[in-house]
Amino acid sequence: MNDLGLIEPLIFELSKPGRRAPSQFPPLPAGPGDGARAGASAGASAGARAGDANHAAASAVRGTQIPRQLRRLSRPHLPEVSELQVVRHFTRLSQLNFSIDSHFYPLGSCTMKYNPKACNTYAMLPEFLSRHPFAPEPQGFLACMYELQEMLREITGMQGVSLSPMAGAQGEFAGVAMIRAYHQRRGDGARTEIIVPQAAHGTNPATAAMCGCTVREIPCDKSGGVDLEALEAAAGPATAGIMLTNPSTLGVFEHRIAEVAGIVHKAGGLLYYDGANLNAILGKVRPGDMGFDVIHMNLHKTFSTPHGGGGPGSGAVGVGPRLLPFLPIPLVGREDGRYRWLTESDVPDSIGRLSGFMGNAGVNLRAYIYMRMLGRQGMVRVSEFAALNANYLMKRLTDLGYEAAYPARRASHEFIITLKSESRLFEVTAMDVAKRLLDFGVHAPTTYFPLLVPECLLIEPTETETKEELDHFCAAMQEIRREMQQEPEKLRSAPHTMPVRRLDDVRAVKQLDIAWKPAP
Amino acid sequence: MPFIPHTPADVSEMLSVIGAGCIDELFDEIPEALKAAALDGVPPGRCEMEVARLMTERAAADGRLLNFIGAGAYEHHIPAPVWAIATRGEFYSAYTPYQAEASQGTLQLIYEYQSMICALCGMEAANASLYDGASAVAEACLMAIRANRGSESRRILMPRTVNPTYSKVAQTIARHQGVEFDTPAFDRLTGCMSVEALQSSLGSGSYAALVIQQPNFFGNLEDVDALTDWAHANRMLVIAVVNPISLALYKPPGDWGSEGKRGADIVCGEGQPLGVPLACGGPYFGFMATRLSHVRQMPGRIVGRTVDTQGRPGFTLTLQAREQHIRRSKATSNICTNQGLLVTAATIYLSLLGPEGLERVAAACAERTERLVQALTCIPGVAAGFDTPRFHEAVLVLDRPVAPLLAALAERGIAGGLDLGASHPELGHSMLVCATETKLDQDIEAYASAMRSAIESPCGGRGAA
Amino acid sequence: MSENVPDDLQYTRSHEWVRNLANGQVEIGITDHAQQALGDLVFVEVPEVGRELKAGEACAVVESVKAASDVYSPVSGRVAERNSTLSEQPELLNSDPYGAGWLIRVTRSATPTEGPFLKAAEYAQFVKEAG
Repeated sequence: MNDLGLIEPLIFELSKPGRRAPSQFPPLPAGPGDGARAGASAGASAGARAGDANHAAASAVRGTQIPRQLRRLSRPHLPEVSELQVVRHFTRLSQLNFSIDSHFYPLGSCTMKYNPKACNTYAMLPEFLSRHPFAPEPQGFLACMYELQEMLREITGMQGVSLSPMAGAQGEFAGVAMIRAYHQRRGDGARTEIIVPQAAHGTNPATAAMCGCTVREIPCDKSGGVDLEALEAAAGPATAGIMLTNPSTLGVFEHRIAEVAGIVHKAGGLLYYDGANLNAILGKVRPGDMGFDVIHMNLHKTFSTPHGGGGPGSGAVGVGPRLLPFLPIPLVGREDGRYRWLTESDVPDSIGRLSGFMGNAGVNLRAYIYMRMLGRQGMVRVSEFAALNANYLMKRLTDLGYEAAYPARRASHEFIITLKSESRLFEVTAMDVAKRLLDFGVHAPTTYFPLLVPECLLIEPTETETKEELDHFCAAMQEIRREMQQEPEKLRSAPHTMPVRRLDDVRAVKQLDIAWKPAP
Repeated sequence: MPFIPHTPADVSEMLSVIGAGCIDELFDEIPEALKAAALDGVPPGRCEMEVARLMTERAAADGRLLNFIGAGAYEHHIPAPVWAIATRGEFYSAYTPYQAEASQGTLQLIYEYQSMICALCGMEAANASLYDGASAVAEACLMAIRANRGSESRRILMPRTVNPTYSKVAQTIARHQGVEFDTPAFDRLTGCMSVEALQSSLGSGSYAALVIQQPNFFGNLEDVDALTDWAHANRMLVIAVVNPISLALYKPPGDWGSEGKRGADIVCGEGQPLGVPLACGGPYFGFMATRLSHVRQMPGRIVGRTVDTQGRPGFTLTLQAREQHIRRSKATSNICTNQGLLVTAATIYLSLLGPEGLERVAAACAERTERLVQALTCIPGVAAGFDTPRFHEAVLVLDRPVAPLLAALAERGIAGGLDLGASHPELGHSMLVCATETKLDQDIEAYASAMRSAIESPCGGRGAA
Repeated sequence: MSENVPDDLQYTRSHEWVRNLANGQVEIGITDHAQQALGDLVFVEVPEVGRELKAGEACAVVESVKAASDVYSPVSGRVAERNSTLSEQPELLNSDPYGAGWLIRVTRSATPTEGPFLKAAEYAQFVKEAG
């Protein structure tokens, strides 16, 4: 392994022709005229030699009469490695990652709280794992799903819940599609504008376009809330609805939400709540009570299902009475003590199906287990301690000399530090600070968002972190502040202690290399 | 308070730093009128032991059926290392790899995954996955509309041999953007699409793409070369929807069409067979691949290999500006995630099986299904629906309604198949059965014997129970 | 940051420039302001020769690491020439946006439907106010 190669080679580079993990091969089918029956023991043919395997596979293939022109002529270039090589390779790769299990991860708007192991263990019980989605309705699993729907209804103050959207973006799509369906059903198809505050998440315009709508942006006022005058002016007969999150993406609570709701409803539009920040208000405020007509939740944020290196998520949606008929299917229903899926015939005005089966069942099951462990008291504690940790961090960092974007406001479960002054004075960026934090064993906060605040760090500690962990973060930020002033180059060239230094994004695009290819 | 580590001393120190008297003060910006009452509808919390007990009881209530259902989700043996490694905290609790320096494990894994998908499909570029097979097909349709330079059409040809749920999902997702779907019928005799059947669709206009599922929803093998050539001759892109295990045996979509021609344009499908359990329906993952010339129209994340400031190789998310551009294009997508954990499992699965193992699994599935069909069609009243080469699923046609028979089988511990009555009434009393490498001879015998007994019993499996 | 706004060109509010060529064709590109805002360009897609364009229609795409942007045709007409070196060297748009970084040359249609364009001073003022 030379010094400037990959720390862990590609699995293809560990490959050697003829190398295999034969205990993972299924038994050979008995060919025509074979004496021994292959039925009884799955392990019988584990020791088959390569030649036998090819012969048997070929005869099985012949036995199934693959038309010659449909046959694959050469094997795909998959790795040929032993089982130990696989285990070692992927274990070593995992060790190159930061993760909640190993590092503090104050990523704003991502809610990187502890993923309880019990959620995984009990979601992966063999009876759940082995169940085909089209098999007779599993009463145990469906009881969990039904109760999850009910708990989410209660928490959000909504009338109905669908667990089928597979991610926040799908939940968002479902929300806007339902709003559109509602207006079309009322014969008001001209309502195609979605009002969106400037600080909104980037998927909103795309979601609007997917639903045949356009976006109308309105500004925030100085305290980070929606500009009510601008909203009055924007809301009208073309308004389908408004997409909001509360607390907002700027980390502050929209305390005039009742007025916002009033303005939009009066103009004939509906309110959509982006539930990415639900962790801040869990048990304290319910979106239904705030006047929202539809909410999507990110179960992989608030309800602690695993982030898995990028997914799977779950974007359950909750609706008020106006939108009940349009919920995406399937839903879980209960009749005479039996649970069943509610489908097209039960929900004829549904916006339709979003997934091949019923969404990310296993993710929903993990969320259910989490919520059963927390219970009603535990959920209230979530927002209380999320707010405690966020406000504590904000105070400590501002005491160290950092500038909060909204210093006069309470932090919700997250807050923004802006480095615009430091950036001017010392020529370091928020990205530089984020990269340097990696050297201190802390995953960087969110830096690219919200776009409204220049050079910002959006910091969300979550409720599962100790005071000591937060204090360690502050110590790191204190040291970084000193370096800004005395050794700024150390920040600009950070990180120094990670498996790689900063990567060349331009080269990644211009010399596009997105798949390993075998040498010709 | 589960998972909250603060002691009363911690709380009071922190409050004093903040300058608040109690935690409630931190919520003083919320108007009193909005503050929620107690969550009475949520049960009180339980300790892990109690929740474990509850879940174990619920699982026991569901039990285990001997599974012979396919129809888009397939039971395969999942090697022990797959989930032992995928549930390592460093994979399980890692975030999306936005900070590349802290995510080289995940990023390299995704690069390896992309490479394997390209290898399987005969394509040049793959993304880091989509939510599932159904939504991948929907995204492929939108992508085809964006990518098809030779046509302004917003119509997609989606034959009735494509999984009917894929069709429904594609409609849900694409409907508001003026995308239309036509669903031509299949040949009743072969259970496949034919160029003739498609040709008659052309009368109503042009299409941006033809969706070809291989094997098709019935498990039958389509004449992909003829269909691909026909689509290209009519200025359509070809969207191939494929089963990844089957690609060990059959010609990859990159080679579809006549010799020397360009093959399918977009490939997608359900990745669940690759190391992901059935799990009551999810989470699964969708895979997608295409040629380099279309990579900028492909949704989803993509990992690329590059170097760092010292010249050391490393991996990072790339082509991200494309995602924002896709959001404003003529066929918009809002997707911004992938199914990381499932991709991790699939990559480990493919590494363990390798090319030979995958071929063995595929061959065993085909052979097992042949055996199942032979055993079941020996029973009077049960016939094969089609006499067409197939992979690992088959349509059986019965002389009586399917639902009561499936109920009777379930009582005997067997999930016998999918009733096709709702989706394909033109087939009469029919069901879709599947036998993978996991079905031993005794399983097939058990099924045959249970079916025989259900059919021959006094109510003959005919009436409602 | 200082920007170059040549006097002899005309401009649009969407940051394209227009040059009238001696042979009657119109040459089109993106301005210095645009290339600075985008950053290092990594990919450029220009329309095929022969393509018919309407004024205001999106006709090209320029892509940097952080953003991708449509380029709108300022004029109606037919693409007579395209700058094919940009596929290998997109960075020309950064280094020489008004010269080697030209995107397309268009034969104007008989009934032009474009304009009015901004003069150099007007464009410079427009950018200053918007920024």
